[in-house]
Amino acid sequence: MIRLEPRAAPSKLMAMLSPLIAILLTLIAGALLFALLGQDPVEALRVYFLSPFDDAYMRAEVLVKAIPLALMGAGLAVCFRANVWNIGAAGQFTLGAIGAGAAALFIPAESPFAMLAVPLIAGALCGMAWAAIPAALRTRLSVNEILVSLMLTYVAALLLDWLVRGPWRNPRGFGFPQTNAFPEWAHVPLLVEGTRLHVGAFLAVAAAAGLWLMMSRTLRGLRLRVTGAAPRAARFAGFSAAGDVWFVLLLSGGLAGLAGALEATSIVGRLQPEIGAQAGFTAIIVAFLGRLNPLGALLGALVLAVSAIGGENAQILLRLPKNVAGVFQGMLLFFLLACDSLIAYRPRLVARRRA
Amino acid sequence: MEAFVAAMIVAATPLLFAALGELVAERSGVLNLGVEGMMLVGAVCAFIVAKSTGSTAAGALAGAGAGLAMAALFALVALGFSANQAAAGLALTIFGGGLSGLLGRDYVGVPLPKPGPLFPASWAEAIPYGKAIFGHDAMVYLALASAVGIWWFLARARGGLKLRAAGDNAESGHALGLPVLRIRFLAVLFGGAMAGLGGAYLSLAYTPMWGEGMTAGRGWIALALVVFAGWRVGWVAAGAVLFAAVTQLQFYAQGWGWRAPSQFWAAAPYLATILALALLAGRRTAGSAPAALGRIFRPSS
Repeated sequence: MIRLEPRAAPSKLMAMLSPLIAILLTLIAGALLFALLGQDPVEALRVYFLSPFDDAYMRAEVLVKAIPLALMGAGLAVCFRANVWNIGAAGQFTLGAIGAGAAALFIPAESPFAMLAVPLIAGALCGMAWAAIPAALRTRLSVNEILVSLMLTYVAALLLDWLVRGPWRNPRGFGFPQTNAFPEWAHVPLLVEGTRLHVGAFLAVAAAAGLWLMMSRTLRGLRLRVTGAAPRAARFAGFSAAGDVWFVLLLSGGLAGLAGALEATSIVGRLQPEIGAQAGFTAIIVAFLGRLNPLGALLGALVLAVSAIGGENAQILLRLPKNVAGVFQGMLLFFLLACDSLIAYRPRLVARRRA
Repeated sequence: MEAFVAAMIVAATPLLFAALGELVAERSGVLNLGVEGMMLVGAVCAFIVAKSTGSTAAGALAGAGAGLAMAALFALVALGFSANQAAAGLALTIFGGGLSGLLGRDYVGVPLPKPGPLFPASWAEAIPYGKAIFGHDAMVYLALASAVGIWWFLARARGGLKLRAAGDNAESGHALGLPVLRIRFLAVLFGGAMAGLGGAYLSLAYTPMWGEGMTAGRGWIALALVVFAGWRVGWVAAGAVLFAAVTQLQFYAQGWGWRAPSQFWAAAPYLATILALALLAGRRTAGSAPAALGRIFRPSS
């Protein structure tokens, strides 16, 4: 039988190879899944993973999808690195959209505050406020942040639902549950005419680079890495655990809020019940695929964005159900976690012992 | 009021199944965050089997089996490969959400007959609140019976002692010759079967139909229940009933003249979970969480 034995030192090679092996295994399992669904596996995989590169518009769409994933994935990478499990990025994203919506809908056009930065900052602040709830409960009452942040995701979705069906509803919206369209000043400018690619892409790259610098070059980054890897050592070194929990939750919440604000002010242009908050869960996989490294999260975001666009194409071209995307993402994370264990452990063939 | 109490007991059943299963897994030292995913796959498999065989019992069995299979996947990654349990559980939830939607896509909105009550109707009419006590289908009583059985197993049985040892101090248990990983594996599988039953109850009896994401966070509420029950069976059962009452508010509150937007009542269970976690945080004695919960254990020899 095969046994896992601890390595003397973590394997650098496996740390690099693991995501690639996991993607490969996901492709193989995906081919099997497609065959089971009665599809030609080669054609299905082509649509899923290559068709997003077919033309310039599709390629731009991949980047559009990658922006919120990268913003949230980078924040979560820092969070998870510090061993803080914020899994409510979807809720913080929703609050970000609500905050941006409030600014865009209620600041009059002649006000000096009627500029794009205001809804974006409002969104980031709302995301931070939403993440402050699990931060406060964990640091003051040691309540598990996983459950609180996740519960708040449902609350956020219902809050948005209430706003767009109730007080903020557009009375001339032909019965659709949505707000008025945002005014012109509250639209994120496009980068490339004829596509939906917007300047949020720069923000995503800047955030990832900035967080990478922070994690690798600053004392704060060192503290977070030590706290996550060896909490006892961190306590002996006098690092404040509470301060770090606040920092990473506000950081990841703020970035998720910014992602939600960008989504509302670029792609959607108004508030409605469905604003793509599901990306907050995909971002968890992005963070892991990127080795819990903010720059890696950029790459991870691109990979998952390709599969998201490919999934949409497969829905149209092959009539494959949209849930295939969730199956793929779950498989990818499973394979990734299994491969990651080969960073710390070495598989060895041993003779079976009698118990 | 009798209708409310009866509805509360029905709504508590899926929470009770899932939370009891997770309790057993956590007492063995494994945190499986994939309850929501296991419930969803259990729900859809139960529905498909019940629809094609016409038997609720076959459906419930299929739900338990599906939950067990999902848990095996988690156990392979989290125990076999020593992966981070939180991450593996999240993977299971994401995977289960996708898989259940895929399996159930031809069954959305298809009706299924509700299972009948276990006891004769005359019993329910004989006493006040009889309907709330005797008016339910077999799965409700199965959930109650399993609560008693699990309490007995953990508190009184030899196997329960071994299971708790694996969860409180894996290294010592291993040194004493306990097969820690095997115990944990079995506990996780049991947890999966129970989560599957919880999901099955939702699609077979509670609604009864299949809808994508129909568990609506109940798997997560079950996880929270285990925490604020301090990993004790009796408190899990009490918590499940309390939470079920909150989930039923959205159907009864308007009728009682309590005015608030419907979204507020729908959000109430989630808000109540957070509130309960916060309020009970200080009261919990330090020793109540399994000491090795969520910690990776690899036998050294």
